[in-house]
Amino acid sequence: MTSNQIKRPFGLQLLIYGFVLLWFILAAFPFFWTMWGSFKVELDFFSKGDWTHAISGVRTQAVYGESFTGAGYEGAWIQEEFWRAFSNTAIVCFFTVLTSLTIATLGGYALSRSGFRYSFWLLIVALVFRALPPITLVSGYLPPFYAWNVWGLLPTTIIVLVAINQPFTLWMLHSFFQTIPKELDESAMVDGCTQFQAFRHVIIPVMWPGVITAGLFSFLLAYNDFAVTAILLSQENQTMVPKIASFMGTTQTEGNVMFAVAAVVSAIIPLFLLVLFFQRQLVSGLTAGAVKG
Amino acid sequence: MNHKTFFWFFFPTALAMILFIALPLTSIVSQSFHAPHEEVLLVAEICDPFGCEIETTIDHEATQSLKDSQPLGKWVGFQIYSDRNHLAFNEVAKFWQSKSSFTGFLSSLNNLPFYRAMGFTLTYVIVVTPLVILFGLIIALAVNSLHRHLKGLMVFFSLLPMIVTPLVGSLILFWMIDARGIIGSGLQELFADPTLSLKASTGLTWITLIVYGVWHSAPFAFIVFYAGLQTVPKETLESAMIDGATRFQQIMHVVIPHLAPLVAFVALIQLMDNFRVFEPIVGFSAEAHATSLSWIIWNDIGQEIRLLSSAATTSVLTIIGVVILLLPVLIRTWREFNPEK
Repeated sequence: MTSNQIKRPFGLQLLIYGFVLLWFILAAFPFFWTMWGSFKVELDFFSKGDWTHAISGVRTQAVYGESFTGAGYEGAWIQEEFWRAFSNTAIVCFFTVLTSLTIATLGGYALSRSGFRYSFWLLIVALVFRALPPITLVSGYLPPFYAWNVWGLLPTTIIVLVAINQPFTLWMLHSFFQTIPKELDESAMVDGCTQFQAFRHVIIPVMWPGVITAGLFSFLLAYNDFAVTAILLSQENQTMVPKIASFMGTTQTEGNVMFAVAAVVSAIIPLFLLVLFFQRQLVSGLTAGAVKG
Repeated sequence: MNHKTFFWFFFPTALAMILFIALPLTSIVSQSFHAPHEEVLLVAEICDPFGCEIETTIDHEATQSLKDSQPLGKWVGFQIYSDRNHLAFNEVAKFWQSKSSFTGFLSSLNNLPFYRAMGFTLTYVIVVTPLVILFGLIIALAVNSLHRHLKGLMVFFSLLPMIVTPLVGSLILFWMIDARGIIGSGLQELFADPTLSLKASTGLTWITLIVYGVWHSAPFAFIVFYAGLQTVPKETLESAMIDGATRFQQIMHVVIPHLAPLVAFVALIQLMDNFRVFEPIVGFSAEAHATSLSWIIWNDIGQEIRLLSSAATTSVLTIIGVVILLLPVLIRTWREFNPEK
């Protein structure tokens, strides 16, 4: 409080507000610009002559009689079957988050309650695994997946994403469980519970804030993945991000850039909502590892 | 928790990591020492009334039996590592002998795919990481001095560039910097050069990718530092103020030392993430001017005939790079854990 009571000089105040405004524009403007532009025709979205056309939609009006059009969305979602990619993403994300939380909760809890040396080394191994770029593993997946005939399927990709997710989720849940006092489950075990019963009856009811945060980050990893999904999924099982990448090749040449723009905006909306509703959990998750040091 | 209970709790996650991280790792190492079998050719002289011709046909049966007997492929040792697409020892030695100057040597290295990718990846890591820390810190200090309501709003919007899918984020910027997009045409006006294109030259492409990298990652540093600022000890700040420290001195001598462990954390995460730079190169269609290690792996796997051995070799080299990058951290942890040594 006291430090804020001393007034800042006007110049400094101006500098701070100017900088914050600049960052605000840098961070938010590209998204709003593209969202607005996704309802225009290509000549408005890319309006070299007069940039105000992108806002007013002069060419869009000339073509459709209105300054907004859903043509890009119609083309992407129906003609190019983006809905299929959307539902694939939903399936992949749902099962990845569910599985990865289930097994990482058990593992993270065990790591936080085991005082043995190997639990430390397991965490270090997880850190090294976390550092590996996922794409370096992909060429190792392909030969067995071809041999067992499971390449291209959603379940295969889900399992791979779960595994790639584990190191990070494990770390996060480990540090979360360390904040839950050991006495809680120890006293349950004194009363005659087994370790698993103590986990079920004492820890599960209080673990949800940490699990939700870890779930958000597993979701983001699965949702944002490009390297693994693009190579491991067949054409009809593609999720949104590889689908958008494939739009780049096909629609650009056919003059349907607006399909890609509409698809990109469609992929952003769920993330927008996620940040809107879970801002607090995201921030606490980002700082969880850091605060522990 | 005893060993047995620990085992059962940890078993599912360990199984997932062993099957889909550890085994693929051994698999790529083995792939990198094997090349796919060449087809077995049958050479026969076929004579007809017009003369004799030598005809070559593929012996499918023999090829198949060779593949069955050695499913991993042909053992080639370090041959793939030393070929032109990877470490290219012969070419490098030749360049070194015929070099006119050291920069000339570096620019001829740039013609070799692996070194080219390595050059961009390292530049990206070295430039983006400190910039992210610097910008994150400035944004955190600025936002922290705002009014309470504005703070929440700024955190919300700052999260967007980081949360958004890297490919999608880079596409959005790619369309804006297009010569017909708002930033691209704005820059043309600004420099009064109607042919200016950020995609045309290597230098500008690198700058674009680095700007994207900072834009994408600065929010992460911001959030971490912002959280750290909430715990700066008020008493220390006050006593510094009483002792007559200026605002700048307060930041330099109280706030930054308090944030130092967080800087190390952000640097570690950023080194790992920037080293795998890949999606922006696809999003900005920048492969003509900038490639990264992850990108060349992707390029090998994405071919019509998947070049798995080549991709696996680059993967192994990339992983060695990651381990070298992490080595300081690992050594420090090791020392902390074994203080007697």
